[in-house]
Amino acid sequence: MIPPNYFLILSIILFVLGVIAFFIKKDLLTMFMAVEVMLNATNLAFLSLARSANSIDGQVIVFFIITVAASEAAVGLAIILLVLRQKKTIKTEDIKLMKG
Amino acid sequence: MGYFLFFLLAALCVGSVLGMIISKNQAYNALFLIPAFASLGGLFGLLEAPFIAVVQIIIYAGAIMVLFIFVIMMINVQKGVPPEKKKWTLYLSFGLAVVLVIELAVALKAAFTLPVSTETLKAGPVNLGRLLFTKYLYPFEITSILIIAALVGAIVLVKKKEQE
Repeated sequence: MIPPNYFLILSIILFVLGVIAFFIKKDLLTMFMAVEVMLNATNLAFLSLARSANSIDGQVIVFFIITVAASEAAVGLAIILLVLRQKKTIKTEDIKLMKG
Repeated sequence: MGYFLFFLLAALCVGSVLGMIISKNQAYNALFLIPAFASLGGLFGLLEAPFIAVVQIIIYAGAIMVLFIFVIMMINVQKGVPPEKKKWTLYLSFGLAVVLVIELAVALKAAFTLPVSTETLKAGPVNLGRLLFTKYLYPFEITSILIIAALVGAIVLVKKKEQE
C-alpha cells in the first residue's frame, strides 16, 4: 500500500513541468499540450486525496474534469486552426497584433 | 511490488513530459504525451480508481491525442523552431518554476502527512455510477449541455464561410 502523499508530490512535479513547458514552448499547439499536462496533474492530486479520505466523490470530480478537458480540447484546437488560417502561422512570436 | 510499479510509472510519466519539453518537433511532442497519459492511467489504477484509469486511457491517450495528431497532420510540420534569441525568458521561467515548487510545497505541507486509510475503497463502476446518478445528477446533466455546446462551437468555428 503506497502512501497517497507520494502521488501528491508527483502531481506537484507534473504541474510545475506543465507550467515550464507552457512558458518555454513557442507554438500554440505545444502550449495547449502543456495545459493538458497541468489538468492531469490536478486529476492525480484529486485521486490521491480521495484515496486518503477513503471516499469516491473525488473520483466523480475527476470524471467531470476529464469531460471538460475533452470539450476544451475540441474548441481550443478549432481556435488554433482558425488562427492558422488567418495568420498562416501558429508561432507565438509571429502573432503580435497587440504588441506595442 | 506496488512501490516498484509506482516508481516505474512515475519515472515513465515525468520522463515523457521532459521529452516533450526538450523535443522541438510538434508531432514528437504529441507522441511523447501518449506514454505520459497512459502511465498516469496506471497510477490511477494504483490509487484504486479502476474506472477512472480506463477512462483516462480511452479519452486522453486515445481520443484527445488523436485529435492533436489530426490537427498536426493538417498543419505542415516545420523542421522545428529555430533557437530563440531571447534566452532570458528561459532563465526567468526556470526561476518562476522554482518559486512555484516552493509555494506549492508550503501550501500542501499539511497534506504531506496524509492519513493512510487501510480499508479498501469500493470504487467499482457500479458505485461510481450510483453516485453519478444520485448526488451528482445535476452536474452530470449540465455536462451533456456543455459537450453539445463544445461540439457545435467547434464545427461553427472551423466551418468555411460560403461565398455569396
